[in-house]
Amino acid sequence: MSGLKHEPGISDPDGFYQELIEAVQRLSPDDALAFSARLNLLLANHIGDRTVLREAIEAARKGLEDRK
Amino acid sequence: MATYQYPEYPYHPPVFADGLAPTAQVVIVGGGQVGLTMALDMAQRGVASVVLDEDNTVSDGSRAICQAKRTLEIWDRMGVATPMMAKGVTWNEGHVFYRGEQLYAFNMQENPHSKFPAFINIQQYYVEQFLIEQAMQQPLIDLRWCHRVTGLETAPGGVRLTVETPDGIYTQPCDWLVAADGVRSTIRRQMGLSFSGQVFEDHFLIADIIMQREGPAIRRFYFDPPWGPEASALMHRQSDNVWRLDFQLGWNVDRDEELRDENVFARIRRMIGPDTPFELEWKSLYTFQCRSIDRYRHDRVLFIGDAAHQVSPFGARGGNGGVQDADNLGWKLALVVQGRAGQALLDSYDEERRFAAAENILNSTRATDFITPKTPVSEVYRNAVLDLARDFSFARALVNSGRLSVPAHLTESSLNGADELRGSVRPGSPVPALPLSVPGNTAASHLTDILGDGFTLLCFGPANAELRVESPLGLRLLHAGEDFHDSDGGIAAAFGVRDNAVVLVRPDQHVMACWHAPDPATVLATLSMITGDG
Repeated sequence: MSGLKHEPGISDPDGFYQELIEAVQRLSPDDALAFSARLNLLLANHIGDRTVLREAIEAARKGLEDRK
Repeated sequence: MATYQYPEYPYHPPVFADGLAPTAQVVIVGGGQVGLTMALDMAQRGVASVVLDEDNTVSDGSRAICQAKRTLEIWDRMGVATPMMAKGVTWNEGHVFYRGEQLYAFNMQENPHSKFPAFINIQQYYVEQFLIEQAMQQPLIDLRWCHRVTGLETAPGGVRLTVETPDGIYTQPCDWLVAADGVRSTIRRQMGLSFSGQVFEDHFLIADIIMQREGPAIRRFYFDPPWGPEASALMHRQSDNVWRLDFQLGWNVDRDEELRDENVFARIRRMIGPDTPFELEWKSLYTFQCRSIDRYRHDRVLFIGDAAHQVSPFGARGGNGGVQDADNLGWKLALVVQGRAGQALLDSYDEERRFAAAENILNSTRATDFITPKTPVSEVYRNAVLDLARDFSFARALVNSGRLSVPAHLTESSLNGADELRGSVRPGSPVPALPLSVPGNTAASHLTDILGDGFTLLCFGPANAELRVESPLGLRLLHAGEDFHDSDGGIAAAFGVRDNAVVLVRPDQHVMACWHAPDPATVLATLSMITGDG
């Protein structure tokens, strides 16, 4: 079964989350957006699989719609 | 001093009594790059045409300067590639810059043994001049300059055109009408066809300058250049030491102000530096759209080139796409006019070239979205790609300064037959112009040289050595090792030939079917797709 992972996949979730927040929390909204764009592109290339990427884009987008 | 003197072609007043011209089999409206290619293709197949053009000279300005390999192969079939190659500037490489730094280079030549380079740059007025000179040698082409279509009436079995000349109006009936009258097509408007798509909110300024400058001919694309306010710029060498500069100005500009010589000169100076002398030859401010009509065949009226579809200039897919339209339609319309195929064959023109146009529009739209991001957020992503491209090679693949014209592979065409070989060249692909030798014929150096204008069967291997097939469509059989020598095996490799193979090639040099060892009935069954009696 390929496709976007839903189960935990990061070995040190709290450590990762801390690192991510430390990288972004003092950025202006403009810089944070640029940072996110760069991070997205780097990770997307690392994943590579178009099906996984499509599912991830869809999952992120759907989450936004559900908030409304 | 201008580098080009515009020729004036002879206008002949209409001589038709009662203002009614004899019915023509084929009328082509528009004597530009695409319409002339169509007329030459039909003439080569023995079909006469009348070409109506509202003007009496060639393209005003250099316009579509990049002519792709496939276009050169098509013109080669019509005997008109030689003057194009002699005049044009050959290039294969593109270099992409961001804020003054070169990000990467790409090479468009997929096979160094091909007959033609990936591209030549040549001003469109030369292209049209060479096509016209060839057409004037061709008794089957009736070139009518300063004959402007002002009205159109369609009827079952034909079309009646109203044509205006400086000496009055006449009626021109025809069996078939080919609309090659460009992006502002009169025929399209007369028929009330919707031409819909996407508008891009941006202005581009073209400046053609004459300048002495050494160095290889390369396509140079600059994102956010350090010298100026332009969002992007493009530089291309043409013949006669003319250079195409293209500046992206943005949406909210004062058009008159931007076109003032002093402002244009200032932009050029910032780009080429303070010292190099230059003269301005041509300037043009443009915006663009990507759009298409819904169907390219409307009974007896066929749309080709910009009259059917419009793309952005990034990718050189407009002119090259139009020439491939003519290449696709020429043999089909010739067979229908000659009564050798049913009219349904023309629906395959619509199917195949709409598929190709959709691909061109997709590529052109994507390039334009990258060059002109539509929203602040898309601009953030675009700049992230460019920033990352300096250090990470993966991001260079995402940089899109125009995906340049490559030939359409009509892989989904309903005309395609068997696909047994599975090489890189498959049913729907154009045959590659790879090297070969022909015993006793030194003029034939590449595969496309021996295909001619009809259907061809390329036969490989002992199992097909005795194959003989005859078709009313005319079918030439060429046996590898006998009629031609694929000395380095490049042709066999391209088709995926291991030992035995037969490749059916269409008159436009696209592959129609690939078998291992077919019997004659199998080949004829595939050809019946063309005649419509299968």
